[in-house]
Amino acid sequence: SSWWSHVEMGPPDPILGVTEAFKRDTSSKKMNLGVGAYRDDNGKPYVLNCVRKAEAMIASKKMDKEYLPIGGLADFTRASAELALGENSEVFKSGRYVTVQGISGTGSLRIGANFLQRFFKSSRDVYLPKPSWGNHTPIFRDAGLQLQAYRYYDPKTCSLDFSGAMDDISKIPEKSIILLHACAHNPTGVDPRQEQWKELAATVKKRNLLVYFDMAYQGFASGDINRDAWAVRYFIEQGINIVLSQSYAKNMGLYGERAGAFMVICSDAEEAKRVESQLKILIRPMYSNPPLNGARIASIILNTPDLRKEWLVEVKGMADRIISMRTQLVSNLKKEGSSHNWQHITDQIGMFCFTGLKPEQVERLIKEFSIYMTKDGRISMAGVTSGNVGYLAHAIHQVTK
Amino acid sequence: VAAYRTDEGQPWVLPVVKKVEQMIASDNSLNHEYLPILGLPEFRANASRIALGDDSPAIKENRIGSVQSLGGTGALRIGAEFLRRWYNGNNNTATPVYISTPSWENHNSVFVDAGFKDIRTYHYWDAAKRGLDLQGLLDDMEKAPEFSIFILHACAHNPTGTDPTPDQWKQIAAVMKRRFLFPFFDSAYQGFASGSLDKDAWAVRYFVSEGFELFCAQSFSKNFGLYNERVGNLTVVGKDADNVQRVLSQMEKIVRTTWSNPPSQGARIVAATLTSPQLFAEWYDNVKTMADRVLLMRSELRSRLESLGTPGTWNHITEQIGMFSFTGLNPKQVEYMIKEKHIYLMASGRINMCGLTTKNLDYVAKSIHEAVTKIQ
Repeated sequence: SSWWSHVEMGPPDPILGVTEAFKRDTSSKKMNLGVGAYRDDNGKPYVLNCVRKAEAMIASKKMDKEYLPIGGLADFTRASAELALGENSEVFKSGRYVTVQGISGTGSLRIGANFLQRFFKSSRDVYLPKPSWGNHTPIFRDAGLQLQAYRYYDPKTCSLDFSGAMDDISKIPEKSIILLHACAHNPTGVDPRQEQWKELAATVKKRNLLVYFDMAYQGFASGDINRDAWAVRYFIEQGINIVLSQSYAKNMGLYGERAGAFMVICSDAEEAKRVESQLKILIRPMYSNPPLNGARIASIILNTPDLRKEWLVEVKGMADRIISMRTQLVSNLKKEGSSHNWQHITDQIGMFCFTGLKPEQVERLIKEFSIYMTKDGRISMAGVTSGNVGYLAHAIHQVTK
Repeated sequence: VAAYRTDEGQPWVLPVVKKVEQMIASDNSLNHEYLPILGLPEFRANASRIALGDDSPAIKENRIGSVQSLGGTGALRIGAEFLRRWYNGNNNTATPVYISTPSWENHNSVFVDAGFKDIRTYHYWDAAKRGLDLQGLLDDMEKAPEFSIFILHACAHNPTGTDPTPDQWKQIAAVMKRRFLFPFFDSAYQGFASGSLDKDAWAVRYFVSEGFELFCAQSFSKNFGLYNERVGNLTVVGKDADNVQRVLSQMEKIVRTTWSNPPSQGARIVAATLTSPQLFAEWYDNVKTMADRVLLMRSELRSRLESLGTPGTWNHITEQIGMFSFTGLNPKQVEYMIKEKHIYLMASGRINMCGLTTKNLDYVAKSIHEAVTKIQ
């Protein structure tokens, strides 16, 4: 007999299921709107030019393969912190921060979760927006924390339930942990406006909450890296010492290279040193030290003026294509004669869009039109192209009229 | 530092790695898309094949699984997390985990952080005879509670460099089988130790042939020199395909909350190398170069010490294998080496053989001689 007879089969990944079904479909018109990676207007993966250039630079140098320090590539972590905070942040003058390289967004989130479990003794509770990225819950749970929620998305309006959020957040027990999506909320695409962020910051400060920002789309959301980091920077300016995880999967297209970072804003440089030492103690028994390739590409891009300029243009290009697809989808729906209000499609931002479609409607889109998305009506705008947006609008109209 | 050095004392990027990296760099059809959660399929299958052997009955019977991991450490951690959740009951944090004395210092932390509450040691190094304390090891296994987990070094034990002989491995396997102990192999030096992939995998393959279900955490840091790309693999050997499939499905859940999916670059390099007969041959050659240099340094150091008439016996230097050697120097002698001779070794007397070169052999030998004769 086996040691593993009692091991249950893990439940299938819902998003993977979408892709599997898409692959089996033989229709020439099929669309995969479950994909969580950017696609160009031909529906193809896009390797950024600045990335190719950085890779060429790396290939031409004769670099060794020696272990990185546990905290990662210093040039990368420094540049990553500056990207998030803005290079003029007071935080850099005082040195009251620590940034460690993490395994893209997930790995960075997990380091932070483990760190909070070990050192944030005030609370075991992490408050997530309703809904949040599906992987947030198991990450925090596996780290040993408990999950709670605050209202966020209003399905009636397909936009932010601001009063609900404020109501819930104002009642969160003091010194709990609250997770906020810095920009391009996943999965809804619904972000607070700047005025709303200001109120959120005030409430969070009043409740003395530990703020955990997840920023996976800086630059990718609006096309402007400073605009997308506005909330993060505002909170810090209000004296809120946040923790932050960053990903370069989408904004640099470095998905499989796993480039990311986790940052803690501290009281002072001395505290930052102590925090850093503990982060390293957490990282070492997970994977010893992080992979170099993605971090080095990102570092070269961020630290080489010409490449950085080129990157900013390219990331804006990706964001603009997404925004243009949103606009075209709405205008095509109008052309189809839809009487519904589709404004939320252009109000929402980032890769994902909560269409407001019901499960039965999603079912029909899959069965009758070979358009694949998750049951919650979420679509990845990255899967939409100028070539198929008309078909998508037509199909949505057919199932909603 | 636990990395290979050339005879000039420099890091060495394997020629085959440079070649494959150029191939990858110039292949415009490649992109940076996510790998599957469990990793690059060609990497996983071939990495496990390297550990288990082309003719492995477990592979033939389709009862193996692989999880691409962030180095050997990552493989250990995923395996440890899985065992804590699913081995010997559900979430049984009380299952004893046995780690050799001494061992790589990170082993302890991996299993503690994975949630195990009862980490124990098993006898391993016999300082008096400068060799394996087999009897102590076997006694510990006899006394260990049934179902205990034992971390075994597949070859080139870190830090002692002392491995069981095949005959001793057979005795270890017999006790483990009888007492239902779980073998978790740590294989960080396959090929790098003896120059032969098969020889360095003998223990793992023997256990498989004896019908064990086991885990083997593999690192490609040393044998491919890919340290900073974090290339590792957790090989799972089970009773049958169905069990392995369920195990992998749960490992997927663990991976998803740890790093989501593994880094692409290193796995591509290893996969490309292992799937091309020509590149494989070049790699084998590169590995042998490293192993041979270390073996040469061992034999040269030993012969110098014996020529100098340094008190004590020095055959352990050549009987030990891999990157490290437990010289047998005591802490005072080590201090002498560091302070007076500027030769850096661990307080345990552990020396990194990769730090030896043809240029410094004489100096090191003389220094050891001085330390042993001057300091007691």
